[in-house]
Amino acid sequence: MQNKRYTRREFIRNLSLTTLAGLSLPLLSSCAKEEVEDFLQKHFHEMTEEEKKRVIAKLEQRYLQKYGRKFQISTKEALPDTLWGYGLELSRCIGCRRCVYACVKENNHSRHDPQLHWIRVLRLKRGNLINLENSEHYYDPDLVPEKGFIYLPVQCQQCQNPPCVKVCPVHATWQEPDGIIAVDYNWCVGCRYCIAACPYKGRVFNWTEPNIPKEEINPSVHYLGNRPRMKCAVEKCTFCIQRVRSGRYPACVEACPTGTRKFGNLLDPNSEIRYIIDRKRVFRLKEDLNTEPKFYYFFEA
Amino acid sequence: MEKFQEILNDSWDFYRRTLILVAKGSKLYYAWCLSLLAIIIVGFIFYLKQHEVGLIATNMNDQVSWGLYIANFTYLVGAAAAAVLLVVPSYVYQFKPIKEIVVLGELFAASSVMMAVLFVMVDLGRLDRFWHMLPFIGSMNFPQSLLAWDVIALNGYLILNIFIPVYLLVNFYYRKKPNWKFILPFILLSIPWAVGIHTVTAFLYNGLPARPFWNASILAPRFLASAFCSGPAIIIIIFQIIRKVSDIKLENEALFKIAELIAYAMFLNLFLLGSELYKEYYSHSIHMAPVEYLFEGLHGHNLLVPWIWAAMAMNVMAFFIFMIPQTRKRLSILNLGCLLVIVGVWIEKGPGFVIPGFIPDPLGEIHEYIPNLLELMVSFGIWALGLLVFTLLMKVAIPIETGKFTHTDYEKGVTAFRPH
Repeated sequence: MQNKRYTRREFIRNLSLTTLAGLSLPLLSSCAKEEVEDFLQKHFHEMTEEEKKRVIAKLEQRYLQKYGRKFQISTKEALPDTLWGYGLELSRCIGCRRCVYACVKENNHSRHDPQLHWIRVLRLKRGNLINLENSEHYYDPDLVPEKGFIYLPVQCQQCQNPPCVKVCPVHATWQEPDGIIAVDYNWCVGCRYCIAACPYKGRVFNWTEPNIPKEEINPSVHYLGNRPRMKCAVEKCTFCIQRVRSGRYPACVEACPTGTRKFGNLLDPNSEIRYIIDRKRVFRLKEDLNTEPKFYYFFEA
Repeated sequence: MEKFQEILNDSWDFYRRTLILVAKGSKLYYAWCLSLLAIIIVGFIFYLKQHEVGLIATNMNDQVSWGLYIANFTYLVGAAAAAVLLVVPSYVYQFKPIKEIVVLGELFAASSVMMAVLFVMVDLGRLDRFWHMLPFIGSMNFPQSLLAWDVIALNGYLILNIFIPVYLLVNFYYRKKPNWKFILPFILLSIPWAVGIHTVTAFLYNGLPARPFWNASILAPRFLASAFCSGPAIIIIIFQIIRKVSDIKLENEALFKIAELIAYAMFLNLFLLGSELYKEYYSHSIHMAPVEYLFEGLHGHNLLVPWIWAAMAMNVMAFFIFMIPQTRKRLSILNLGCLLVIVGVWIEKGPGFVIPGFIPDPLGEIHEYIPNLLELMVSFGIWALGLLVFTLLMKVAIPIETGKFTHTDYEKGVTAFRPH
């Protein structure tokens, strides 16, 4: 056997290699590993149940660290024989924007610079309805409703024929069996083609890392809905997927003080929304574009 | 094995000599390359900032969600398409240095497409997820999404326009006659493909009924017409630079022919624009709001108005310069015309096309957009990178074309021999 002598060069080499390995180990095992995992995460539809569970566990851990709360992240699937539809009685809306802020809170929107909204309330001079060019999005009076104006809340219309799904280059957005248009926030590449394609401005973009104060977080979330999002991915109203799939109303419906907002299953002949379609005068925004929204505006019969 | 060793040695030799070729040049060459490099570095530093904080670092927002990047992308796709389409008239008019033009046009197209792709990449919010867009690896929404079509069209075009010139140049390097039977189908394929990339890019905007400004069936023809203006104008300038700094002989007559072609294309471009303006203004529906915003201003918002009128003036002036033989046959005026076209079409088809699509937005909101410093710097960086790549490609391609840079074995041979 050769007599092994430790030369100085070998010593330095081994020392530096060990240091390097020692330094990179925690990096590799925690931060880098997670980043690699995030990077390689599959499309939601391509994940097995096992993989979904792992991703959920990872997210719960991450949210716990960031917000100090235990999250329940649901991946509950669509209920059978369900197609959600929404009704909004224009003659009742007073433009108070309670729905807007209920949505911000329920759906964990970024709060500052900029604050994201999934609902926009447009103020129109009486005499206008279709030409939105003269609408005011940022009206701010002391008291609503204002004389001479009507209010038109707009959010994702959950089109049955959605242009946004058609244009997405990577299948990051799709229609769920219950008609909700969902987004896989982890698959979106941030090209914003869907924003260009949407005739209702139903989609908003996280232009920077969203921020939510710890005490305002809503820890009861759905993976395809109101879980805290990340920077530079697109998002939109999901009819509160986390609520409606567990038998609750969307937050905006609950928050409305005037009963303007109605919600129900279009396939159930006894539902509220079917009652409205049958008995009231309904119309949908931009019907000429053939997007087939499941969002019905209506007036008293 | 020996053969393999030989090929390895040969290519090593080629790379070594290419590096020497690229590294040696006049003072002007050094100054040019170094200033481009400086711009690239500055652009890259600005991009890093955008990458870190997100697209909020730009002036884009939920109202105007595409801006300067996508404007440049649109323009460059046109430039890339036109460069190859130039091969057709070169054949028709039987230019003598046709092979140089093929190689040059295709390398120019490759550089332009590379820039176009880079502009899409800097516009992506999540560059880390770029692989989701790749066929087979990611989950591409083909054939539904026109953006998926564009990924295929642009990358196919890029591969085509690298493969053809490289094949030709390798043959010239070995002093071999290229097998035209083999390569001609590819060259011919690149011509409809050039029309294809620009059509697909036009359709990308065209298919959105939410944006009446883009939802006009005249869009793809307009795109092609304007590309036939700006692309050849860039080529005329490049031809003149190349014949000044190299041995490639290009007759003025060739330049004048291209200029004549620009006149026709510009006529078509202005005619199509006029048709569109007529339709909008005579029918005067609410869908003309973006046109009104662009040309007159809307409810007191008129940031783009001076730009589009400047572009109109440039295009019309250039049209007359290129139409009248006396003016297009004077190099100084010709070059002025080229410059007018390059800038005029850039405004018309870049910012003047992309931004009004978003103003007013689908809910009638008017939110004006003008790019900020970061967007400008990143854009300059990409343009500089494209120019640098093109310069370096030319630095190697031209000596091969003229027979000055060949395999060492042939060095001793007849130096006057030209590969075609």
